[in-house]
Amino acid sequence: MSHAAIANNQAIPHAEGQQHPIRLYLVVWFWLFVLSTCSYLVDYFGFQGYLRWFLILLFMLVKAGLIVAIFMHMAWERRTLICAILLPPVAVLVFVGIMVFEANYTLFTRLDFFGAGS
Amino acid sequence: MTRPDGWEGFAADWASDQRAFKTASWGKVMMWIFLLSDTFIFSCFLLSYMTVRMSTTIPWPNPSEVFALEIGGKPVPLLLIAIMTFDLISSSGTMAMAVNYGYRRDRKKTVALILLTAFFGAAFVSMQAFEWTKLITEGVRPWANPWGAEQFGSSFFMITGFHGTHVTIGVIFLLITAHKVWRGDFDNEKPGFFTSRKGRYENVEIMGLYWHFVDLVWVFIFAFFYLW
Repeated sequence: MSHAAIANNQAIPHAEGQQHPIRLYLVVWFWLFVLSTCSYLVDYFGFQGYLRWFLILLFMLVKAGLIVAIFMHMAWERRTLICAILLPPVAVLVFVGIMVFEANYTLFTRLDFFGAGS
Repeated sequence: MTRPDGWEGFAADWASDQRAFKTASWGKVMMWIFLLSDTFIFSCFLLSYMTVRMSTTIPWPNPSEVFALEIGGKPVPLLLIAIMTFDLISSSGTMAMAVNYGYRRDRKKTVALILLTAFFGAAFVSMQAFEWTKLITEGVRPWANPWGAEQFGSSFFMITGFHGTHVTIGVIFLLITAHKVWRGDFDNEKPGFFTSRKGRYENVEIMGLYWHFVDLVWVFIFAFFYLW
C-alpha cells in the first residue's frame, strides 16, 4: 500500500468527514447535464431498435455511476461498505431474467387464447 | 492505526471484532441499508412495469408522444420530463455542495444551498402535479387510457407517484435539516429529537445520501419509463 493511500485512509474518517474541492462537484454536475442532454436527444432524434436501447442504458449507467461514486461519496468508502451496498442489487438482474421468461410465456398464452393473427 | 486496503481490508473488516464498517458511522450505514431496501422496492415497480409491458397483446402508448408539450403549435417530445430531469440534477448538485460547506462549518452557505435544494425539489413535485393533471384530463386512468395498453396508467401512476412521494418527504426533511443547521445544532452538538445522538455535520451528508438516491431513482425511471 502506498503512503498516499494510508494518508487518504486516515484523513477521511477522522477529520471533518468528506472533504473535496467544490470544483469536483461542479464538474460532475456539468457531466450529468451533458449526459441527460444526450439521453434526451436519443428520443428527440428518434433512434430506434438496439441502438436506442444501448444508448439509453449507457447514459443511464454512467449517470448513476457518477451520482453514487462522487455525489454519494461511495468512491471514498471502504470496500466493505461498497460491496455490502452495491452487490445485493445484482440479484435484481436475476429477477429480471425470471420475469422476462414469465412475460414471454404470458404473451404466448394470450396470443394463443385470444387467437390473435387468426 | 493503519488499516489494510482493498480485498485485504475487506477480509480484515468482516473478520474483525465488534463492527465491520470501520470508517462509516452508524447513521451513515443505516441510511445506506435503508436506501438498499428502497432500491428493491423501486426495482419491483420497474420489474412489474417491464412484465406488463412485455406481456400485453395491445400496443404500448408511445411515451414520446404522450408526454409531448405543444410549443408554438408544434409538439416537442418529452419537454417537461427533460426540464424535470435537469431540475432534479441541479438539486443534487446544490445538495452535494451543501454537504461540503457543512463540513467547512459555513452555516450560511450550507443553509442557503439546502434551501435551494428544497426549492428545486418542490419545483419538481409541482411539475409532476402539472403532468398528472394534464394526463388525467386527457383521460388516463389506472385502468384505461385513450392510446393503448391499459397497464400504462397503473404503471405510470404507481412509479411516478411513489417517486414523487419520496421527493416530497425529502423536501420536508431538507427544511428540517436547514432549520437545524441555522439554529447551530450541529455546531453545539445538540442531541437529536428521536435518537438523542449528538448533532454533527455528518447529518447533512446523510440527508444528502437520501436526496441523491431520489435523483438516482429518477435516472432509472427516465430511462425505462419515458425513453424506452
